[in-house]
Amino acid sequence: MAESEFVYVTYIRTTPEKLWRALTEPEFTRKFWCDTVQESEWKPGASWRLVIPDGRVADTGKVVEIEPNRKLVLTWQNHLFPEMTAEGYSRLTYELEPAGGTVKLTVTHTMDRSESKLVKAVSIGWPHILSSLKTLLETGESLAGTDRWPKEI
Amino acid sequence: MDGDLDKVFKALAAPERRLLLDRLRAENGQTLGELCQHLDMSRQAVTKHLLLLEEATLVVTIWRGREKLHYLNPMPIHEIAERWIGKYERGRLRALAELKAKLEGETNG
Repeated sequence: MAESEFVYVTYIRTTPEKLWRALTEPEFTRKFWCDTVQESEWKPGASWRLVIPDGRVADTGKVVEIEPNRKLVLTWQNHLFPEMTAEGYSRLTYELEPAGGTVKLTVTHTMDRSESKLVKAVSIGWPHILSSLKTLLETGESLAGTDRWPKEI
Repeated sequence: MDGDLDKVFKALAAPERRLLLDRLRAENGQTLGELCQHLDMSRQAVTKHLLLLEEATLVVTIWRGREKLHYLNPMPIHEIAERWIGKYERGRLRALAELKAKLEGETNG
């Protein structure tokens, strides 16, 4: 296999507009994405970074493609773990499609190398974060433990 | 949405379909042809099983050029775990699962 890739699909009872805000705005990400915030001007070519609660920058990249409420493609390099930083940029894609009263969210995380440590590491976190996102949008409350950054990292 | 959950459990209730999920877990993003290799099932049977897995969103497909690739989607199983396993139990369950794997590994050689 030339690349490492994970795909996550979840159907969320919400609107594309609300899901888009949840994926990009701090007010939402703090609740379901472990108290992190993203900093970006959210336009093609703009820089993007994920900041964890103690102020460290966990990941950086650029906005490759952006179509509000439909599609967002980011490059993504980790900075917390040297062995992951060394792998360079991965690519993260969010796709939002209305599907009969719900929105189908497809999240794809890819790295052009086999056995990527970064893609493997995030494959543990993504299901947890995305099901918390779904629960937050459907019930108003995120899942226990996803509103703070894990102590050990 | 319990209707969706029915689909997930139904899809998981066949050894052939669990085997297909195992194959995707070992190597994600395979074509139908790749999945059929080394399997004692007809291409038609694999296609039928994959359809049920797709309906339950346990498998998702993505087109890459002319190739349709199949991926294991961990979300439905994760949501089942979230529903019945509390966050404090998870660490203990993982420790028990590791212990079981270790002891069984020793017994089996």
